[in-house]
Amino acid sequence: MQADLDNLKKICSQVRRDIVRMVHTVQSGHPGGSLGCTEYFVALYNHAMSYNTSFNMEGSGEDMFFLSNGHISPVFYSTLARVGFFEISELNTFRKIGSRLQGHPATEEGLPGVRIASGSLGQGLSVASGAALAKKINGDDKLVYVLMGDGEQQEGQIWEAAMFAAHNKIDNLIATIDYNGQQIDGKTDDVNSLGNLEDKYRSFGWEILSCDGNNLEELIRTLEDAKSKSGNGKPVLILMKTEMGKGVDFMEGTHKWHGIAPNDEQLESALGQLEETLGDY
Amino acid sequence: MTKLTYTEKKDTRSGFGDGLLELGRSNPDVVGLCADLIGSLKMGAFQKEFPERFFQTGIAEANMMGIAAGLATAGKIPFTGTFANFSTSRVYDQLRQSIAYSEKNVKVCASHAGLTLGEDGATHQVLEDIGMTKMLPNFTVINPCDYYQTKAATIAIAEHHGPVYLRFGRPGWPMFMEDQPFEIGKAITLIEGSDVSIFATGHMVWKAIEAEAILADQGISAEVINIHTIKPLDEDAVLKSISKTGCAVSAEEHQAAGGLGESIAQTIVTNHLVPQEFVAVNDQFGESGKPEELLDKYGLGVNDIVEKVKKVISRKQ
Repeated sequence: MQADLDNLKKICSQVRRDIVRMVHTVQSGHPGGSLGCTEYFVALYNHAMSYNTSFNMEGSGEDMFFLSNGHISPVFYSTLARVGFFEISELNTFRKIGSRLQGHPATEEGLPGVRIASGSLGQGLSVASGAALAKKINGDDKLVYVLMGDGEQQEGQIWEAAMFAAHNKIDNLIATIDYNGQQIDGKTDDVNSLGNLEDKYRSFGWEILSCDGNNLEELIRTLEDAKSKSGNGKPVLILMKTEMGKGVDFMEGTHKWHGIAPNDEQLESALGQLEETLGDY
Repeated sequence: MTKLTYTEKKDTRSGFGDGLLELGRSNPDVVGLCADLIGSLKMGAFQKEFPERFFQTGIAEANMMGIAAGLATAGKIPFTGTFANFSTSRVYDQLRQSIAYSEKNVKVCASHAGLTLGEDGATHQVLEDIGMTKMLPNFTVINPCDYYQTKAATIAIAEHHGPVYLRFGRPGWPMFMEDQPFEIGKAITLIEGSDVSIFATGHMVWKAIEAEAILADQGISAEVINIHTIKPLDEDAVLKSISKTGCAVSAEEHQAAGGLGESIAQTIVTNHLVPQEFVAVNDQFGESGKPEELLDKYGLGVNDIVEKVKKVISRKQ
């Protein structure tokens, strides 16, 4: 386990380097949420999920992941590249014209690993629920994962899906909320308070787990726990506390780095805090 | 050409329900979804025979579109059923991002379209749905004219890979397209003529047939073309007909803006310029009333077609 953890931490450091470099190159993109969710993506794709990097849209016989809060595409792309869905060098095309790495994830250019377009918020939980239903119809016992933002919980469709998933006992679904308490205009508590998300989902009929999403060991334990709780008649939710901007001191804990890029100096400072473990693209 | 007549009326939504049931029996990947309108959409028989492939989403149309996108991702062929306004304007962003842009093989099946839903009034009489769906890249848009054609279209779209908007309606309507093959994107010339081309879609096809009889009595030879597929439009059929007749009238139960007529006009101005007139709703909401009363009041009656034909012929050089 310790060797595994050490290895995952190395991948996290490299993914964080990728994120800030990608966003810096095109001077656009969303570093804050990407950095906060790095441990989640790395743990999911390097530990929790079983999948084939020879990508197949239908995903029969493998675990599937959907990203609902599509603006954190940098961490998604870096993770997909680092586990082998496509060449790592392609990260250099992020947000550039003609790229498969669109500002928000898309299927149109056929980027392996992406199964749905997202960016307009609130739609991913429905899509993941539909894919999970298809697995049930097919007798496929693999799982469907979805990541949502916390600000995104303000969208009504999320609650339509939360109701539907519980009613239909979609228990092969593991949803996670990136619970960083921040959104574009400020703290979620100030913008439009989410109230008690745990109580809300529980009262909808969900199984709830929570963890520190920047503590790799705790996150892995929680993902294992979530898997063990699947198949019990209830969809599973992980309320994952994270710190926006995690790993780059001047980006941590503030909504200000939701959607802006570091300048040359800031990039240098960020990279100084993140060890190059696997080699930059 | 055989004379077009009918002995029976039936609602086009029943054509959808019967087509879906047949599909369920022949294609195990077909899945049904409905947002609390199973009876109105005639999906009850499918639900009863294939309960494991049918999902009641409740009154939550946005979620239904997302669920359908997810089912399609994993290889199913979902058919969603609700009223036309809840299939489009209520869920436009879901159609756009999760289905159209994501290239999902979802069939959005929409009943109670247009004025002819009648007494429920303007909240439910969507007249903008063709425009909304035809503007979305990757979407195919189909508006069949009677029970038979709706049933045939329902079956045909399962074989087409990609998002489809299938539009049909509530009232009983003349049945006259029995045993006609259905080919997506292939217009059907119902009556040949030489003075004017009438391009009609949906319920208005029968109105165009009635108008043709009146015009024939007055010595005007009208060609009546059933444009069941608005996108992709059968441009060859449009151009072939107008090259012969030299003018066009479009007829649809939809706003003039964004509708079939607009697509025809685009084809005409970019290929072969002839005068065109529009039989369509003119930037208005509908109201409660009986289907025929509403069509007459909003300029979609048989006489409106006749008048527009005379006007467009008078505009020919």
